Amino acid sequence: MTLIEVERVRRVFHQGRPDELTAVDGVSLSIVAGEVTVLRGPSGSGKSSLLALLGGMARPTSGRIHLEGRELTSLPERFLTEVRRRTFGFVFQQFHLVRGLTVLENVMLPATPLGVPRAELARRATALLERLAIGHRARARADWLSGGEAQRVAIARALINDPRVIIADEPTAHLDSRLSMELLEIVAGLKADGRTVIVASHDPLVYLAGVVDRTVSLRDGRVEADSR
Amino acid sequence: MTWRAWLERQRALLDFTLASLGRRPGKNLALLLVYALIVFALASTLFFTAALRREAALVLQGAPDVVVQRLVAGRHDPIPAAAVAKLAAIRGVSAAAGRRWGYYFDRGTRANLTVQVPPDYWGHDGEVVIGEGVARARDVAAGGAFPMRAATGGYLHLRVREVIPAGSALVSADLVLLSETDFQRLFGPDPDRFTDVVLTVPNAKEVPKVAEKVVRLIPEARAITRAELLRTYESVFDWRSGLVVALLASAVLAFAVVAWDKAAGLSAEERREIGVLKALGWETSDVLLVKLQEGAVVSLVAFALGVLAAYAHVVLGAAPLFAAVLKGWSTLSPAFQLTPDVSALELATLFVLTVVPYTAATVVPAWRAATTDPDAVMRS
Repeated sequence: MTLIEVERVRRVFHQGRPDELTAVDGVSLSIVAGEVTVLRGPSGSGKSSLLALLGGMARPTSGRIHLEGRELTSLPERFLTEVRRRTFGFVFQQFHLVRGLTVLENVMLPATPLGVPRAELARRATALLERLAIGHRARARADWLSGGEAQRVAIARALINDPRVIIADEPTAHLDSRLSMELLEIVAGLKADGRTVIVASHDPLVYLAGVVDRTVSLRDGRVEADSR
Repeated sequence: MTWRAWLERQRALLDFTLASLGRRPGKNLALLLVYALIVFALASTLFFTAALRREAALVLQGAPDVVVQRLVAGRHDPIPAAAVAKLAAIRGVSAAAGRRWGYYFDRGTRANLTVQVPPDYWGHDGEVVIGEGVARARDVAAGGAFPMRAATGGYLHLRVREVIPAGSALVSADLVLLSETDFQRLFGPDPDRFTDVVLTVPNAKEVPKVAEKVVRLIPEARAITRAELLRTYESVFDWRSGLVVALLASAVLAFAVVAWDKAAGLSAEERREIGVLKALGWETSDVLLVKLQEGAVVSLVAFALGVLAAYAHVVLGAAPLFAAVLKGWSTLSPAFQLTPDVSALELATLFVLTVVPYTAATVVPAWRAATTDPDAVMRS
């Protein structure tokens, strides 16, 4: 079943200026629910920009994006935020954990404005940390974590609102091979939960992994190949 | 959203705000101190001038309706005792009384004292009642010796009957009250002349007319009304508080710089954080609420600290930092406890002038950062 439908989407930065850059150039794509899709391609190929468009974090310059038949591109900011919060969980390349806060507080962050009772939220966050084998670091400050630990915390944070889609940008960029394999195991677990996972990566360890259902190759903002 | 969920949301956002402030303790503490210092300076001026005005008003409550002084060659000169009866006869004047007072330069303390014979002096000959400033300067208490150099060149050996309590008024600090006889000994015998004459005019509306008649009756005299005294006091206090305000202008400027610095931009880390929060699903209004709370917490705490410190400084500590400027040039700076007299309106004005612009200044850059696409964080 198609979850996200992308129609001739373009994303242009600094439009009309001398430094104009077309990051995504007329991409059409369907993301199937429950699958692990990898967007691969060299640096500057438009992977991260497409990922941001898929996750409702940015609006395309032209073209349309539908989520389960509902058009996202014309939604007002407030509704788009609501969709993003309920549907997507993000794992950033730099993790972007908030320094100075504890691991537990970081994981609870996406749910903070939702009005969930604190005790319940803390219970949910602790359960996620336990599941990702990082529960013992719940009270540690985020800036004291190793790369692998920060990665797990970022994944727990992405899962706190129980989203159907997980979006990860270059998730193995700061991990060694062992930790990368562990990450792929986590991805397999997410897939087994029935979640859709979209990953941008140029790491062969990721796009050649058995858990991956589909690889979309990008170059210069265009789809070069789409293989299963 | 139910009210319970709304309450939980506010609580969670406030928790985040407080955690945010705690994450940059050095920066926020420094900001808080600078801010509190500025509020302290402004509130001290406010409290101090308000207290001084109150003192002045109290002093003038007991001031005569009209004071008549004789001028010779443009300078104050004693007025003949015969004038008292003439002045008392003016229609509208219910009583006229001659006063004896003068200035005495006290060489030992290098201070000018105001020596006065009060109308119903309660002491005896050889006794003085002195102001708190005089007692302090001379280091003397009730019962102590109080020698003064007499007009004849010798010393007048007086004894302190009592010291006027510090709380009474600003003007009593340099006062020496004595009997008529001792006054004559001190300044030289001149029983037929008074320093000036005070008139009682029961109907306030008649005061200007009475003043006019005084000058017509005694052309070499001038009549000073209570309204004129009040204006003089007001202008002196206004001028002095104006001086302090001028000094404080640099503090206000510093505050403006701090506020502008906040308004001009966030640190790269703060901007990145806002982007992360937006990317994680926070709405622009959530981010703004947190920033508003942050600004409000800092400014409210600073305001409270500044105002309390100013109160302690002015009321409990008698404003040691401002005393030299505001209380005058005399060696005998009065040391007295000021009575707080600040209107809610003045305090509210100070609040509006400090808390509101600062809080607004913290929100503007946050709003700018929060309204950009959150995908900027993906590319950072």
